[in-house]
Amino acid sequence: MLIFLNHLINGISLGSVYAIIALGYTMVYGIAKMLNFAHGDVIMVGAYICFFSVSSFHLPPAAGVLLAVIACTALGIVIERLAYKPLRQATSLAVLITAIGVSYFLQNGAQLLWSSNIKMFPSFFSSQPISLFGGELKITIAAIVTVLACVVIMLALTWFTGRTKMGKAMRACSEDKGAAQLMGINVNATISMTFAIGSALAAIAGVLFCSVYPTLTPTTGSMPGIKAFTAAVFGGIGSIPGALLGGILLGIIEIFASAYISTQMSNAIVFAVLIVVLLVRPSGLLGKQIREKV
Amino acid sequence: MAMLKVDDIHVYYGSIHAVKGVSFEVNEGEIVTLIGANGAGKSTVLNTVSGLLHPRTGSVRFLEQDLKGAAPHKVVEKGLAQVPEGRRIFLQMTVEENLEMGAYTQPSSAIAPGVADVYKRFPRLEERRRQIAGTLSGGEQQMLAMGRALMSRPKLLMLDEPSMGLAPILVEQIFDIIKELHAAGTTILLVEQNAQAALSVANRAYVLETGRISLSGTGAELMASDQVRKAYLGG
Repeated sequence: MLIFLNHLINGISLGSVYAIIALGYTMVYGIAKMLNFAHGDVIMVGAYICFFSVSSFHLPPAAGVLLAVIACTALGIVIERLAYKPLRQATSLAVLITAIGVSYFLQNGAQLLWSSNIKMFPSFFSSQPISLFGGELKITIAAIVTVLACVVIMLALTWFTGRTKMGKAMRACSEDKGAAQLMGINVNATISMTFAIGSALAAIAGVLFCSVYPTLTPTTGSMPGIKAFTAAVFGGIGSIPGALLGGILLGIIEIFASAYISTQMSNAIVFAVLIVVLLVRPSGLLGKQIREKV
Repeated sequence: MAMLKVDDIHVYYGSIHAVKGVSFEVNEGEIVTLIGANGAGKSTVLNTVSGLLHPRTGSVRFLEQDLKGAAPHKVVEKGLAQVPEGRRIFLQMTVEENLEMGAYTQPSSAIAPGVADVYKRFPRLEERRRQIAGTLSGGEQQMLAMGRALMSRPKLLMLDEPSMGLAPILVEQIFDIIKELHAAGTTILLVEQNAQAALSVANRAYVLETGRISLSGTGAELMASDQVRKAYLGG
């Protein structure tokens, strides 16, 4: 039973990282109606910036995280402006291919700048876990911080989209860009803002992910990126609570699959679950049923 | 002095020449209507004025300013609001949030009095203020779309087919509201397929046929014209 609880806690912690990444995917999809496949690589850039700030420039970890967030926010805005904005009227396939191109650009750029040698991401959190039940249940500080970060981000986004003018404008844009423009909403600025938020979240996720899996390479972002994309689709792409639910469920499934079934097969099982969910509910767990009323 | 002056605009969708040299003007305090069949280019004209589309040649001037290249949100800031065809309210947002979006260009201090004004004009919306807009009836949605546009305190309000898909009793109500808005000092540009109703409230009217203005005059003149009676008023 305690082993089960341990796995569950690990699953929720890993799932929280997926959820934070998935929020970026889902918000960008909701507003720009595009899948930003370069999102995972922004995670990697964030992790590298944090790594160099702390390891090479000896900044405190909090400053490293802050720098990563600032750099990724800027990177997200620049990517959108240079790569996606010129394609606003293009077919979705052209945008998708461009996103894959940006993904390769970031990976190869990182390789050029920082080489493909593995960097060991420093551990920010005490490796001494909190022990409960006479040491049978161990909770790492990293797991607690990750889950807390996810909860705070979720609450902040809920407040932002539900209460602020900019957040409401984002929801309006995600429903009907033309009508939003007729309200006086600057759609381009709103899309930029969405990329900024998503990329800032990616930076945080990058640091959290590398705190658990410390081997940092230029392709570090691609697997969590794909998993988080899966989580976003699983929960219902475009839906913020869906991204949270999808991310956490995916993390739990992954940890349970590797603990109880097979470590090698865990990724296959994760994607098999996705396929089953999409067969039963094509719009995802909390996906919006598209209803049109004329 | 013309408040809105559209001069010989040509608008294309890709290679399709949708509007072929349309000119008209709206003076302050008027109700002007553009009537015409489906596909004549009425909505294209309104969307060009709103800045959603740009004319290849020709100009749109509002309050003496050329709107050339102006983004839609800039056009709204200048005092030109549109209630789009099919209402296009934000179905997943509440009634009140829809109204707030209408006031996007206004300072936040203007939202509360604006909302109060809209509720005074449309008491039904106040009853449903916390409801998700997608649950409203067609008539209520049209009221919300009009209320939302009024939130930007427009000098000129453009309405695209406000009667579309509504029961006759509701159409009458909507036209009563248009008359009230006009009496309260709003200049109105009305696009309609319901020529009878539109001509009865309009000071002046233009008939649009396959991208060109084929006829213009006062509402009463067009109502009496043989051509209009045959084509739009059922004989």
